[in-house]
Amino acid sequence: MNRQIRQLGIFLVMCYLALFVKLNQVQFFGAEELNDHPLNATKVTQAFNRPRGSIVTADGVLLAESVPAAEDSQFDRQRVYPQGDLYGQVTGFFSFKYGASGVERSYNAELTGQTFQQQIDGLRDLLVDRDNVGDVRLSIRDDLQRLARDQLGQREGAVVTLDPRTGELLAFWSYPSFDPNLLSVENEEVVTATWDVLNAAPGAPLRAHQYQDRYFPGSTFKVVTAGAGLRTGTVSNTEPVYPPSSGYVAPQTNIPIRNFDGGACGGALPVILAQSCNTAFAEMGTETIGGPGMLDGAQAFGFNTDVPIDLPAPAQSAFPTDVASNPPKLAQASIGQNDVQATPLQMALVAAAVANGGKLMTPHVMREVRDRQGAVVTSYEPSTWLEPLDPTQAATLREDMIGVVTNGSGTAAQVPGFEIGGKTGTAQLGDGQRVHTWFIAFGGQPGQVPSVAVAVVVLNQPLSGTGGGTAAPIAQAMLSAALTNPAP
Amino acid sequence: MTSGRRNTELGLLVMVVVITGAAYVLASFGRDSAMPVNIGPFLAALCALLLAGNIVTRKLAPEADPILFPVAALLNGIGYVMITRLDEDLAGFQALWTAIGMAALVGTLAVVRKARDLANYRYTAMVVGLVLLVLPMTPGLGREVNGSLIWVRVGPVNFQPGEFAKVALALFFAGYLYDKRELLAASTRKLGPLHLPEPKYLAPLLLAWGASLVVMITQRDLGSSLLFFALFVVMVWIATGQARYLVTGTLLFAGGAWFAWRTFSHVQDRVTTWIDPWQDPYGAGYQIVQSAFALAAGGLGGTGLGQSGKVEFFAAETDFIFVFIAEELGLFGATLILMAYLLMVGSGLRIASRSDYSFDKLLATGLAALLGLQAFLIMGGVTRLLPLTGVTLPFVSYGGSSLVANYVIVALLLRISDESIRTPAVQRRIERAKRAQADAELAAKQAKADAKAAKRGRRSSKASA
Repeated sequence: MNRQIRQLGIFLVMCYLALFVKLNQVQFFGAEELNDHPLNATKVTQAFNRPRGSIVTADGVLLAESVPAAEDSQFDRQRVYPQGDLYGQVTGFFSFKYGASGVERSYNAELTGQTFQQQIDGLRDLLVDRDNVGDVRLSIRDDLQRLARDQLGQREGAVVTLDPRTGELLAFWSYPSFDPNLLSVENEEVVTATWDVLNAAPGAPLRAHQYQDRYFPGSTFKVVTAGAGLRTGTVSNTEPVYPPSSGYVAPQTNIPIRNFDGGACGGALPVILAQSCNTAFAEMGTETIGGPGMLDGAQAFGFNTDVPIDLPAPAQSAFPTDVASNPPKLAQASIGQNDVQATPLQMALVAAAVANGGKLMTPHVMREVRDRQGAVVTSYEPSTWLEPLDPTQAATLREDMIGVVTNGSGTAAQVPGFEIGGKTGTAQLGDGQRVHTWFIAFGGQPGQVPSVAVAVVVLNQPLSGTGGGTAAPIAQAMLSAALTNPAP
Repeated sequence: MTSGRRNTELGLLVMVVVITGAAYVLASFGRDSAMPVNIGPFLAALCALLLAGNIVTRKLAPEADPILFPVAALLNGIGYVMITRLDEDLAGFQALWTAIGMAALVGTLAVVRKARDLANYRYTAMVVGLVLLVLPMTPGLGREVNGSLIWVRVGPVNFQPGEFAKVALALFFAGYLYDKRELLAASTRKLGPLHLPEPKYLAPLLLAWGASLVVMITQRDLGSSLLFFALFVVMVWIATGQARYLVTGTLLFAGGAWFAWRTFSHVQDRVTTWIDPWQDPYGAGYQIVQSAFALAAGGLGGTGLGQSGKVEFFAAETDFIFVFIAEELGLFGATLILMAYLLMVGSGLRIASRSDYSFDKLLATGLAALLGLQAFLIMGGVTRLLPLTGVTLPFVSYGGSSLVANYVIVALLLRISDESIRTPAVQRRIERAKRAQADAELAAKQAKADAKAAKRGRRSSKASA
């Protein structure tokens, strides 16, 4: 019997050894990955009782603050969002169960006073009894954010407005949005129920559609195609001139690409961009530029790369990488169809890069962090993310986009006294019953670097909807407000 | 009578008081940044309980193993500190149950003066065990908690009869196998390539298998059914020394598991959650995902006592208490818990191998295996080494039934240990004489064999010449 008892002992030791190995794996080797996991609310739970700074807009409107919790609460503090759903996707929520999103997540360290700079400052204040937290001031303007909401109304879509010169986001709205208050309360049942309702709600309100969702960009992508042509030197404002055509047939297929109205169009770049000529751009991408040049051009504008925005979990805009060997696909991709998908933010950045002399600035929502005494702790230093065009190429494309608004498909975006450039887009969906309508634009004082860039997408519109008719007026309103009432 | 072993135990108990007291104070500082208000009464009660245990064992089992009781008390103490931190009211009950558990230990030592006398009550134990098992299914008595029907309510008291059933069944198995092990070891029937003992001796194996399945099905209690079955297979194997029982048992278990997996959605859910808890991180996978986060937050050194971020945790004071310990005390603390259980299992198995009586050996092995396997099942479950099966962590988890049953197990091990050391000198002499006789017989046999070999050697050398 003793032999079996010994063997049983060895077996149990092996069991515990396996447990020890597993614990090492979870607590030591894999701990970092788990600690940084997006679903991990541990840090938030710890942070829930810590003092936490406020979030305010560029014009000083309070978006989020921590107030003393009710007497019977298990926590000391309660996070409130006075603006309701207007900034839900920007500030995000701060939930002990579901973690944090938005600015609450990406600037958690600043809000709780955990950055190195704040810790150093905190040491100096050791003998003074005050909270060492940071208030985050955003670049978003409350007037523009409200205007974006009013303009879009109850239509699914997104409005992105930014300063092309710095990458500062001025308005960042998408519908449907959500009210972060109910996700951030202390009552777990309310939080869970809210979470379930929001997850089941049509239009996925918890997702920030502005930068976390991708859509077919349609004809707004022709700006990227034109940019790719200018970059490769194969396209200029005079060459080539595409003869009028009502159907372009790519190699390896016999299905033609048609124009929006079914008619014929053609000409050099300024004309075909103003008219949004599908046949000419399909030919430009497929035969003038070619697959490698198109892929390179799209990636130079930020496609197939994570946007380095200071908000969590951005979606990657996509341009198919296999177009070189697939001319029919390349032809469709050149006019923003097939596997091309872009976030509204990405398309705003395309317009911004053209406006800013070819330099694409890193987009961001944070302007500065201040301590409780109002002194600036850190401010955001603008940086160039990409340089898809050189200044000459950018100037050419800028003129062409201005032409679209002056006498092309985007006349609805004109703002008297300012120089506006833009591009329309109408992407028909697979079911043939609905369209996404787009408008991307920039605007500023004539002859100067534009100070505003906009992307508007209105989703799931009836077939009668167009980028010029549905989305351009919204862009016009945003441009007009931002230009006539400059930043505070 | 002075005893070195009891003094060793007393020394270890002093260490338990120091460690538990320090942990209690640190946890209070971690949570409220203040000394616990009741530190005085706490230390007094702790010292009184442990000292009482030491004094009683001096009288009732002076030569018993000195490690078991202090290790159990240490685990009990750490568990209590964690429970205080989670819920003050539960901690009050746990303190009461600890006292009752100690009383059960003393009572068992007082009543059971010879462990092998219990063999006479094997069938009573079986009936008691089975009755306890089916008790939760009795209408009006059983209560379903978290989807498992394992609770019984009598007046104001809730208890889990399964915790006592496992002790009763270990007693029955030890008694039955002690009786029938020769018969089970002999294989008289042939079924294809299998040699089987008489079917009527095999019946209990099948009965245990069936009973574990019934428990699993009707009470949805995967952990206990696995534990019962493993206990029985291990004890049959130890008793007969035949590995084929392990193989048969494993096959039967695999069959049962497959059947359960095919038939019951809650078993499928457990397995699915085990394989990928991230599929449904807020639903079925919530506990496992949160456990992983808590373990990771603990890291090597832990977050510190009283500093866990996961106060709102489902079943934190019972099934998931190990996660809390591992979070607050880190990998180092968790490893110490593992070592504490290994120490208990090691002591139990050493007691078993030193005992002179087959029944005592079987019972001690069964009880040690129960403790070791149960702790392994739940610690493996919450760390996702194994699918999660809801059993308590012996001595640490909140729960009166579990605590009392486990102290009874410790008492039985102490009793067997004491006996094996105190076997009367007469007994020893007889043993020695028997051994000498056996040695002499062996030597004679050897001499005969040598002589034969020598003869053969001569013959072969002739042949080669």
